[in-house]
Amino acid sequence: MLEKALRGDRRYWAWVGFLILIIGVGFFFYLRQLDYGLGITGMSRNVSWALYIAQFTFLVGVAASAVMLVIPYYLHDYKAFGKLTILGEFLAVSCVFMCITFIIVDLGQPARAINMLFYPTPSSILFWDMIVLNGYLLLNILIGWTVLASEEKSVPPPKWVKPLIYLSIPWAISIHTVTAFIYAGLPGRSFWLTAIMAPRFLGSAFASGPALLILLCFILRKSSRFDAGKQSIQALAKIVTYALIASIFFVLMEIFTVFYSQVPEHMEHFKYLFVGLDGHYALVPWMWAAVILAAIALILLINPRTRQNETLLAVACAAVFFSLWIEKGLGLVVTGFIPSPLEKITEYFPTGPEVAITMGVWALGLLILTVLYKVAIAVKAEIEE
Amino acid sequence: MKCSRRALLKIAGISLIGAGVRPALEALGAGGSPRTLASPNRLVGKRWAMAVHIHKCPTGCKECIDACHRTHNVPDFENLKDQVKWIWNEPFRDVFPGGENPYLEKGPTEGPVLVLCNHCANPPCVRVCPTKATFQRKEDGIVMMDYHRCIGCRFCMAGCPYGARSMNFRDPRPFIKGINPEFPTRTKGVVEKCNFCEERLARGLMPACVEACKEKALVFGDLENPQSEIRKLLQTRFTLRRKPELGTQPQVYYLV
Repeated sequence: MLEKALRGDRRYWAWVGFLILIIGVGFFFYLRQLDYGLGITGMSRNVSWALYIAQFTFLVGVAASAVMLVIPYYLHDYKAFGKLTILGEFLAVSCVFMCITFIIVDLGQPARAINMLFYPTPSSILFWDMIVLNGYLLLNILIGWTVLASEEKSVPPPKWVKPLIYLSIPWAISIHTVTAFIYAGLPGRSFWLTAIMAPRFLGSAFASGPALLILLCFILRKSSRFDAGKQSIQALAKIVTYALIASIFFVLMEIFTVFYSQVPEHMEHFKYLFVGLDGHYALVPWMWAAVILAAIALILLINPRTRQNETLLAVACAAVFFSLWIEKGLGLVVTGFIPSPLEKITEYFPTGPEVAITMGVWALGLLILTVLYKVAIAVKAEIEE
Repeated sequence: MKCSRRALLKIAGISLIGAGVRPALEALGAGGSPRTLASPNRLVGKRWAMAVHIHKCPTGCKECIDACHRTHNVPDFENLKDQVKWIWNEPFRDVFPGGENPYLEKGPTEGPVLVLCNHCANPPCVRVCPTKATFQRKEDGIVMMDYHRCIGCRFCMAGCPYGARSMNFRDPRPFIKGINPEFPTRTKGVVEKCNFCEERLARGLMPACVEACKEKALVFGDLENPQSEIRKLLQTRFTLRRKPELGTQPQVYYLV
C-alpha cells in the first residue's frame, strides 16, 4: 500500500520537499548538538528540561486523542466516525513517533538510550513511559494498517484486530497518565506536585487532538477528494467543546487551591506564569495569549450557531490548539523549574539551534503523517470508484 | 517425547560447544570481572552523614569548595547556565525557605550556608533514574552515580528537591584547572554530584571538604555508630535539615 504515497501531484511533492528541507536543517543542528552537547540549547542547571520535553508532553496528548474516535466508533457503533478512525490512528502514530524522537533528542548521551533496556528500572516512571509509548505506537500502526489493508481488499478486518482495538482504548489513557506521573510524583517541584495533573493532561489532550483532527479534515477536503462529512466534524467539535471546558475547569481548580491556601511555594510558579516574578516575565505574554485564545474558542464552540459555521469552527479549533500548545508545549515544563529548589529565578529562552531541531522533529512527524494520510486517502478513493 | 538420533546428536553437539566456550572465554578474561581488594585502612560505616556548623564558616572562605572541586575534577564554567558544582554556598533564606524570623538582627540566618548532596536515606533521584545509574549503596547509604551508565535524561535533576545535581551541558575537560589523575573526569551529557568522597573513604581518608576545613566546621561520620563524633553531636545539639517535610531524610545536618 505504501507505494500509493509515491504518486502525487506537484503540490504534494512541493510539500514533501519542504518538510524534508526542514528536517535536513534540524538534522544539521542536531549533529552540532551531538558534537557540542546540550549546552547548545537554552537549558541550564536550573531549568534542565525545556522545549524538547515540553513538545513531547504536548504531543503525547495529541496522540492519546485518537481514542476519542475509537470509543464512539467501536464501543458505541457511531457510524459517522467510520471514515475518520484511520485518520485518528495515523495521527497517533506520527505523534508518538515525534514524542520518542523528542526524548532521544533531549538525551545527553543518546547512544546509551539502550541502557533503559539493559537495566530496566520499574521504579522510574520513564521506564513505564517507554513501555506505554512504544506499545501505543505499535498498536496504532498494527490496527491502522491492518484495517486499511482489509478495506483495500474489500474484506472485513481480521478477527484478531478487535481485541487490539479494545486494548488501545485504556492504552491511550495510560500514555498520558504515565506522562503526567513523570511530573506529578516529584517531591520538590510544587508546580507539578498535584493529583490533578493527569486529569488535566487528559482534558487538554482530548481538546487539542480532536481540534487538530478537525483542521486536518478541512485541509484534506481542500487538497483531496476526501470529505469527512458534516456530521462527524460536528460530533468532533462537540468533543472538543466538552474537553476544553473540562480542561479549563481543571486549571481553575488548581488555581483555586494554590491561591486560596496561599502557600508561597505553590503560588510563586503561577505568579511567574501570569504576572511575572521579581521582574522576570518571559512567559507572561504567552500565557495571556493562551487565556485569550481559550476564551475565544470557548465562546465560538459553546454557541451552536458559530460552532456549525465551518469557518468559525476552524478558527476555534486553531485557537484551541495554539492555546493548549502554549499551556503544555511552553509553560508547563519550564515553570516547574522557576523558581528553582534554591529559590533562584533562571529564565529560559530557546536558542536558534534548539528551535531548528524542534522544528525538524515536527517536520518529521508531519512527513510521516502526510505519507500515512496519502495512503489512507488513496485507498478510500479507490474503494469509492 | 520422541527424539530422533540425528536431533539428539545435534543437541549434544551444541551443548558440548556451549560447555567448551565458557571456560575458554573465562581464560581469555571475558568471563568473571576482575576482583578488587578493599584496602585494610578503609573507613567503614553503616550510615555516613555530615554535620555543618553554620556559624563556624568564616565569610568568604572557600577552602572546602576548592578542595572538593580540585579533587573531583569539577569543571569551572564561566557561563552560569552550564555550571557544575558539588558543594557551594547559598544564602540561609534560600537553603531554609520560609523559616526566617524577620525581626532577627544578627545571627545564624545571616551569611552563606554550605550546600551539597544530602545523600538522602530515601532519595527521589534514585527512584526516578531509568537506568539505575544513580543508586544508593546498600552498606553505607551513599547515593552514588555510574557516569558510564547515565544517559543524560536529567530526570534526577527534576527529582532532586535540593538542586544538588549538575548536568555536563558540554565537554567539561577543557574547563578543569589541573586534572587530578586519581579521579575520573566526566564526559559531556551526563549528570554528576557530590559522592561523599566514597573514593577517599575506600582509602581510609576523610572527605576532601572535611579535611580542607581549618575551622572544623564540617563533621563527617557514621550515624549508626553510637561512639562516633557526629552521633554524639546530634544527640545533644538542635539541628536543621533541608526540607524535612518531603520525607527524603537528608543526611546532612545543620547546626545553627
